[in-house]
Amino acid sequence: MIRDPKDLKRYTASERANHWVVGISFILLALSGLAFFHPAFFPLTQLFGGPVWARIIHPYLGVLMAVSFLGLFIRFRHLNKMTPADKEWLSKAKQMVDGDDHNMPEQGKYNGGQKVMFWALAVCMLLMTVSGIFIWRAWFGFDITLVRLGAVVHAAAGAVMIGLIMVHVYAAIWVKGTIRAMWYGTVTRAWAKQHHRGWYRQVTGK
Amino acid sequence: MALQSLDIKQRSATTTPPPQARQTVEIAKLIDVSACIGCKACQVACMEWNDVRDEVGSNHGVYDNPMDLTEKSWTVMRFSEVEQNNKLEWLIRKDGCMHCSDPGCLKACPAPGAIIQYSNGIVDFHQENCIGCGYCVTGCPFNVPRISKTDSKAYKCTLCSDRVAVNQAPACAKSCPTGAIQFGSKEDMKDYAAKRIGDLKERGFDKAGLYDPEGVGGTHVMYVLHHADQPGLYAGLPENPSVSPLVSLWKGFAKPLATLALAGVALGSLFHYVTKGPNEVSKEIEDEIEREDKEEAK
Repeated sequence: MIRDPKDLKRYTASERANHWVVGISFILLALSGLAFFHPAFFPLTQLFGGPVWARIIHPYLGVLMAVSFLGLFIRFRHLNKMTPADKEWLSKAKQMVDGDDHNMPEQGKYNGGQKVMFWALAVCMLLMTVSGIFIWRAWFGFDITLVRLGAVVHAAAGAVMIGLIMVHVYAAIWVKGTIRAMWYGTVTRAWAKQHHRGWYRQVTGK
Repeated sequence: MALQSLDIKQRSATTTPPPQARQTVEIAKLIDVSACIGCKACQVACMEWNDVRDEVGSNHGVYDNPMDLTEKSWTVMRFSEVEQNNKLEWLIRKDGCMHCSDPGCLKACPAPGAIIQYSNGIVDFHQENCIGCGYCVTGCPFNVPRISKTDSKAYKCTLCSDRVAVNQAPACAKSCPTGAIQFGSKEDMKDYAAKRIGDLKERGFDKAGLYDPEGVGGTHVMYVLHHADQPGLYAGLPENPSVSPLVSLWKGFAKPLATLALAGVALGSLFHYVTKGPNEVSKEIEDEIEREDKEEAK
């Protein structure tokens, strides 16, 4: 477990733990939720001990995710305020995706794309929670129009959220040296200087 | 009611065609509201044939008993007192599953084979495949399916699919003392209804007509109504029922569209990585940091 003592701390242990509670509940929710959405995914219910168990467990996992997501939201909302530099970053995001980040403006702890991701996920999570309550028949019985609306919103926001998380995961895979920040909390100085120079200056004083 | 030797037209949560080489005659139950005396023999026959016994409820001061459909009461008489042409009328409608040609329940159901539509028109719930999500309730335009509080399965009228399979009329039709419940091919039932409607018109009910709503592709339980222009009089029978556009959106084109979009994001990511390569820290910056470290060490 010897690592470079000069590595930079990006996430605390409790932030990481919180992230993974959200992550695990999200994966389980996505797998069981897709099963109820399209017949092609129905066999995924076998991962949960059969379709009836999948139906019973899914909403409770939803509660777990909503609560733990709220934790992440409170922790990180201040770091995700949009700035003019973020808008500039976003307008140049295509160049970055194409593999050229030389023109990207300097970024703090999070870049414009990460901030958009943060707020988009927060909106989806809110929609998922409210619509999920509308369609949770084991505990609630809402007016049929609300239930129908809830079903549509839940499916749509769920699909968007799965797409967003795919992008989130892929971004972490694409940008080398990123995933370790969520495993054990540190990144190399070079990584920070490359991708988040503003944050690098702030934490190193350079 | 699984394992019946009936031919299948549609199966819930199934994207490939069901076996459909054989075609059966479309059947229908015709409920002549004008001939119903509200004796509830049909309710009793339904309980008896299907071996369901609802809990004995309490008197609510009206004739409706039980007050609503439940997982154990698959049909109930709904009594409405209305005034038409300055006369009091007592309208009694036998409520239950309408067996739609375009069933909202089946469309919404996520469990393969939990809801089956036979080629004779019967829409049947197969409880052993039901997962208890209640999507059928969300999909039904007539508010018919009920989720059991004890086993979380959905229940409703089967149109006695087990009896029909062996050429018997549904238990309710068999028991009706006034002939208000008729059973036969849908065509014959329409002919019979036309005669009844003719009779009613002669007797002054000039708005008499058949309730076989087109919005759900027609139904396999039809009503003869004396006031077919106002189905709402009959304990809120919907005037123009159809599968809610929200349900069609949800279980219609959103389903393949979202699935394709997600596959697109996944494949797009993979091919981005393969074509553009990973985003690594540049050698320049690595060297910079190394140089700084060496300077500091001096």
